Amino acid sequence: MGSDRQVTRIGVLALQGDVSEHVLALQRAAVAATMEVEVVEVRKPGQIENCQALALPGGESTTIRRQLDNSGLAEELKAAAHSGKPILATCAGLVLVSKEIEGAGRVKPLGLMDIKVGRNAFGPQKESFEADLAVKGLDSPYRAVFIRAPAIVGVGGNVEVLARVGGAVVAARQKNLLALAFHPELTEDSRIHQIFLKMLEA
Amino acid sequence: MELENLRFGTELLKRGFAKMQKGGVIMDVTTPDQAIIAEEAGAVAVMALHAVPADIRKMGGVARMADPAVIESIIEAVTIPVMAKARIGHFVEAQILEALGVDMVDESEVLTPADEFHIEKTKFAIPFVCGARNLGEACRRIKEGAAMIRTKGEAGTGDVSQAVLHMRMILGQIRSLKGMDDLELMAAAREIEADVEIVKECARMQRLPVVNFAAGGVATPADAALMMQLGADGVFVGSGIFKSENPQAMAVAIVEAVHNYDDAALLARVSKGLGAAMKGLDAATIPEAESLQTRGW
Repeated sequence: MGSDRQVTRIGVLALQGDVSEHVLALQRAAVAATMEVEVVEVRKPGQIENCQALALPGGESTTIRRQLDNSGLAEELKAAAHSGKPILATCAGLVLVSKEIEGAGRVKPLGLMDIKVGRNAFGPQKESFEADLAVKGLDSPYRAVFIRAPAIVGVGGNVEVLARVGGAVVAARQKNLLALAFHPELTEDSRIHQIFLKMLEA
Repeated sequence: MELENLRFGTELLKRGFAKMQKGGVIMDVTTPDQAIIAEEAGAVAVMALHAVPADIRKMGGVARMADPAVIESIIEAVTIPVMAKARIGHFVEAQILEALGVDMVDESEVLTPADEFHIEKTKFAIPFVCGARNLGEACRRIKEGAAMIRTKGEAGTGDVSQAVLHMRMILGQIRSLKGMDDLELMAAAREIEADVEIVKECARMQRLPVVNFAAGGVATPADAALMMQLGADGVFVGSGIFKSENPQAMAVAIVEAVHNYDDAALLARVSKGLGAAMKGLDAATIPEAESLQTRGW
């Protein structure tokens, strides 16, 4: 404000989940990439249009989906995706941006990305894991944290697969959408968030 | 899986699970039907137990872990995480809950304590949440491996005053650490019988190093929003939902209140026409011997 220098504003959807971790991770990545970025929490209608990019945090997808409808943010989020704004969707976020969700319809997907998702694909919390993951575009493994994680079980032709665990896809990109089954915001390594920041230059 | 350096049950995974609950409501349920009501209302997780705290208080006797068959049926019924309570110190109940596939154990003063020691929680692959009345208790539980803290409050009363007292105590004690040097922090840690490294972390972060929820007496949307405004990361509701006149409406309203805790106009709207909240019990009239919050140390 006040200055005419353009600062990039990134919104973190702050309805529920690990919001503050995403805010800090984006700030760290911006410093590492020497970018001028302002990160804001998005709770109310009207905030999304002032953001150049969005992050959908981890949390409970059934809860966040309910609040997206109650708050009126679902339509704004869809419009932002269609207008080409970069969107980083992690874990619950990945479930929400999908076109189709396996099993009983507890969560209605937003249908933004041409992927089919299995929720909680690796089992209960005792099966949650961390592992070194080969991610396309990174020259060394990425320590990835999977917490009651979903998996991408089907991808459309326009979706680029970035990482797999066994047969399941756990990171993918479709134009302006970057979706991850794991939590880059919980570790210090900011390379994934930097890939996301680069999408702002495209 | 052919993954490199695959690890389960790390502190990062346990604390990470708790972080995913932030900004949410975790509801006590005793049947699959109640669990479905909770999930549909927008709960982030359910707590499976054999009776809600208000009934446990009324029934008396020894309160134990819920029947594994009931816990399994609740796990079957919902897609959100399922937590369950074990008695303080009863590490075999916790082992059973882990084997059942429960996502988090609440080592809870609502059940009858089994030991003067708490469970060594670092030995488990799944995370634990524990109650605390003050910073000393919170730090001791974190040292034992708790991935999440909640206020004890006074469960089963519908009287929020004790949860308020405990939240103010914990956050106030953390504020008082601000600006202390290492020697002063050592003295402060000794004073509250807490691990000095965890106390230093609290001083530096100006919060607990794990997620900190409110619990024990939350009975209305206003109670839930009060705890959020005081600084809770989220809210457990025990008897407050299924002991109210209209559990469905109360559940939805409390979720809305937690998500919009600083919006008084919205709080007014969601608080309308919910029917009677649970009858409740003035926590100040409970004799010391019947108080649940004094269990554990």
